[in-house]
Amino acid sequence: MIAYNTAVVLAGASLLGASAGLVGSFAVLRRRALLGDALAHAALPGLCVAFLILDRRSLPAMLVGAFVSGIIGVGLIVALRRSTRTKEDAAIGIVLSVFFGIGLALSRMIQNRSASGSRAGLDSYIFGSAATMRIADLWWIAGVAALCLVVVLLLYKEFKLVAFDMGFARVQGWPAGKLDLLLMGLIAITVVVGLPAAGALLIAAMLILPAAAARFWTERLGVMLVLSSLLGGITAACGTLLSAQFSGLPTGPTIVLAGATAFLFSALFARRRGGLARRLAQRRFRRRLEMQSLLRRLYDLSESSLPNRVAVPAGEVLRRSSLSPGVVRRAASHGWISMEPADKLRLTEAGLNVAARIARGHRLWHLFLVEYADQHGSFGELDVENADERLPRELVESLEARLAAEGRLPTQSQQASEAAP
Amino acid sequence: MTAIHTSQSMQDYQRSAATAADGAAAAPVLDVHDVTVAYHHRPVLWDVDLTIASPSLVGIVGPNGAGKSTLIKAILGLVPLASGNVTALGLPMAKARRRIGYVPQRESVDWDFPVSVLDVVLMGVYGQLGWFRRPGRREREWAMQCLDHVGLADLARQQIGQLSGGQQQRTFLARALAQRADLYFMDEPMAGVDAATEQVVFSLLRELRSQGKTVLVVHHDLRTVIEYYEQVVLLNMRLVASGPTAEVFTRENLQKTYGGRLDILDDAADALAARERSR
Repeated sequence: MIAYNTAVVLAGASLLGASAGLVGSFAVLRRRALLGDALAHAALPGLCVAFLILDRRSLPAMLVGAFVSGIIGVGLIVALRRSTRTKEDAAIGIVLSVFFGIGLALSRMIQNRSASGSRAGLDSYIFGSAATMRIADLWWIAGVAALCLVVVLLLYKEFKLVAFDMGFARVQGWPAGKLDLLLMGLIAITVVVGLPAAGALLIAAMLILPAAAARFWTERLGVMLVLSSLLGGITAACGTLLSAQFSGLPTGPTIVLAGATAFLFSALFARRRGGLARRLAQRRFRRRLEMQSLLRRLYDLSESSLPNRVAVPAGEVLRRSSLSPGVVRRAASHGWISMEPADKLRLTEAGLNVAARIARGHRLWHLFLVEYADQHGSFGELDVENADERLPRELVESLEARLAAEGRLPTQSQQASEAAP
Repeated sequence: MTAIHTSQSMQDYQRSAATAADGAAAAPVLDVHDVTVAYHHRPVLWDVDLTIASPSLVGIVGPNGAGKSTLIKAILGLVPLASGNVTALGLPMAKARRRIGYVPQRESVDWDFPVSVLDVVLMGVYGQLGWFRRPGRREREWAMQCLDHVGLADLARQQIGQLSGGQQQRTFLARALAQRADLYFMDEPMAGVDAATEQVVFSLLRELRSQGKTVLVVHHDLRTVIEYYEQVVLLNMRLVASGPTAEVFTRENLQKTYGGRLDILDDAADALAARERSR
């Protein structure tokens, strides 16, 4: 019997999480995440009114009440923004708190009026209590999840277009406003059927967290939708199990905690967009710049006395180009410089080739940017090593001729150039 | 600058577009009648009357806040008209949509959106596909041709946020090209782009024109108006003048449009002087 209940609760929570993750992705991409939050809070008064009218806990009536007042709330936000000049965030704040306040007052009225048992029912709509989920709730959730899935599958292309570029969609003749409303409607019914399990206070997190987490892992909308649904389902199930471990802990907070963990993990460890990956990429980039800067400086100092390579005081080079000491060690371990007595550095034969190549690229780009200031955008990312790939052959040759005329074209000694990495 | 594509289907498209344009020669390409637009009860465009009788390259010029973008958006139905009406290709706007192409301002979308360059170009064919149908291999090949046409075929799989400003602009152009339209509207396609992209835009305009299409372009650089456009629309909340560039792009009209702001007019004066010399 317990196993059956647990199964119902887990199935309900994961379906809800998956559905919220799916429609929440569009909400996040459309920058509508807070609208879902407002909708959830605004649903509470309608829920209470339905309860007051029927004087008992009737799930369908309460869901309809919640849906209606949630939609009224969102409508008010839009109206406030359009007819007064209230900004969107303020309008959301006003509607969210006013409706929730009314909802709390109504729920207190109900508590005072009716038998003690019913208040517990209403509390679960505020904080969430998946444990009280019945098979009827599960059917509602399953129905809504199936509806969301079917609509998104059918209208994937249309939703993608409207979410990315509303104006273009309208020029093509799509009823963009109606498609947007439909998306909002899917979010609304997901929020409403999720209220008993996740609670009005925190259900918005189920829309936002999985979507925001999924975004870290992919650059494709389709993949993001699948990932967000999966994450939503898994974190909701984990949260529900967690709440079952600590009796008295509502499911709303535990689902949020599970979702937040997934988000945090993604934000830190995602492959390219994650914080760690970005930091590492930044460090690699900085180190490369430092290396280029060091070798270029050493080349400049040796240039007048070539083919002799002069020994230079390390401290001075590092100070002048504000480099970290690590760059010397890395250059030495590549075999590009040798350490001399009295803390001096000297380019090795191999190092000279690398340094000459870097100096050449640097001077080519520098000259190019000065001469063709308005065109650099068309050649993509500039890098001292890629002038030959990015610029047309004739252009490189003419720039080289200019440098050679000034005696500033670095030449690599032919026999060793192949050995250079 | 651009790789001019000569594959079979691009040629077919160009040929069929030219015949379509010949057939529609009777009705004006665009007829804007008495259009007024207001934001918060404050009119930003007054009584604009504008007729483009036959295929042409049209530059829309005017100072900041003159309502240039608003005019385009009003014609396209993106902002509500306080009064007036618009017909395009002899049809009411709502019926002409499948034959209309649009290049919005680059800043109008979120470039961090999780789609590839090819995905964005494919959006150009969504209108032809209609409800529910997804783009298939044919559409993908067509979109690739359009991308190739603006020199971005190598970047098809990239996420759009990784592009430079000029490349983003070219992506929008490729998307408009994918629409196979007869009448194009472009909102500042040369604003803040590199010289190479400006050349791509310009040669694309020429090419579209040679296929019998009409392009209306919001343009901000007075120096290039004479070179780029056959017709010009001078706008400053009301229509100052419109017609063939040689007749309309004059010192008096520019002064009326810009209210004697000499710093801007100097640019135009240089261009006008150059034209005088070349006569």
